[in-house]
Amino acid sequence: MTTPSPKGTGSITAPEGAAFSRIMGVGGYRPERVVMNAELVEAIDSSDEWIQERSGIKSRRFAAKDESVVDMSVAASLEALRAAGLEPSAIDAVIVATVTHPYQTPAAAPIVADRLGIQAAAFDISAACAGYCHGISLASDMVRGGSARHVLVIGVEKLSDFTDLTDRGSAFIFGDGAGAAVVGPSDTPAIGPTVWGSEGAQWKTISQRDSWVDVREKDLGWPAIGMAGQSVFRWAVWGMAPVAQKALDAAGVRAEDLDAFIPHQANMRIIDAMIKQLKLPTDIAVARDIAETANTSAASIPLATERMLREGEAPHGGLALQIGFGAGLVYAAQVIVLP
Amino acid sequence: MAQSEQEILEGLAEIVNEETGLDTESVQSEKSFTDDLDIDSLSMMTIVVNAEEKFGVRIPDDEVKNLKTVGDAVSFISKNQA
Repeated sequence: MTTPSPKGTGSITAPEGAAFSRIMGVGGYRPERVVMNAELVEAIDSSDEWIQERSGIKSRRFAAKDESVVDMSVAASLEALRAAGLEPSAIDAVIVATVTHPYQTPAAAPIVADRLGIQAAAFDISAACAGYCHGISLASDMVRGGSARHVLVIGVEKLSDFTDLTDRGSAFIFGDGAGAAVVGPSDTPAIGPTVWGSEGAQWKTISQRDSWVDVREKDLGWPAIGMAGQSVFRWAVWGMAPVAQKALDAAGVRAEDLDAFIPHQANMRIIDAMIKQLKLPTDIAVARDIAETANTSAASIPLATERMLREGEAPHGGLALQIGFGAGLVYAAQVIVLP
Repeated sequence: MAQSEQEILEGLAEIVNEETGLDTESVQSEKSFTDDLDIDSLSMMTIVVNAEEKFGVRIPDDEVKNLKTVGDAVSFISKNQA
């Protein structure tokens, strides 16, 4: 038999994308129920003061029992679309970054799209607390690559479903919420190069305690998310500060050019130590949404961004450095122009 | 060049002072980081990373929990210095 040769009669039309991309609008959704530290301290034999000293967290929001990751995503998306001045029909792709959508399959994104009344491309990504920055990177490349004109990126978590409220190391850390951004075409560069990577050898540092299969076969209890706080702290501060610096360098921006620094809201102590490592000038606004929102994983950066813009802490059109880092271990950082 | 345990203790006291504001005099070998000096796990990690840099040693995450007293840290650093 002879090896087949290509017909050679057809040729592919290359996709055509935008010259540059930008974040056109952000929106957030914070569940109604405020949970103060006082509500959590008994189960972990702790105190409000102890929690605040170790994390800077005063309160968090917990979603209602019947409020889902999809519900929160839709609420945040509508806000982001409104901020971008777009109808849902303008969206070509929906990316949901989450680790707490409680279905192995299907993904949350198609259901979110349906609830928005659209049939856009829709998929979830699993990059934990770095999920939003991964999503922004994908969306930016999609807009520039021509596979979408407008992309909805959602970071959403209902971590209260996956938190062991008796675990001293994590019970007070997590919260629920959703943040969303619309990424679209731009005449000038407004999303810088993404600096990202993974350190999978450390996958046990932050992880669901047991696999679903082990939970079933070994009759284990509900697999909440656990983490080795000290190791996370070391990695986040001394490992991530150089990544943040690389993102600045890749964008060709100096620290003093920034209007805002929006790191993943993991722990106030991590934020403070990162600022010190980065030698960030003191006039730069720093996201500290963690105090009232706790760590909402993939939702933390868009929620913090939305708050900074709404409260006038950071200027529209200003430069912000955002960095996500978390379970995997994975990370992603980029400089963006605030919408 | 390897330092004496006394030099390591003095260097460590400076690091602890910088992180916590504690007087260097209070950082003595028999003191427990948590019980006596009231240093929490995240401050301890900051001290560990600064000590690594200052003394040119590697202190793995798993080792940190074994460093209960200032003396434990001094002897670990002393043994592991190049």
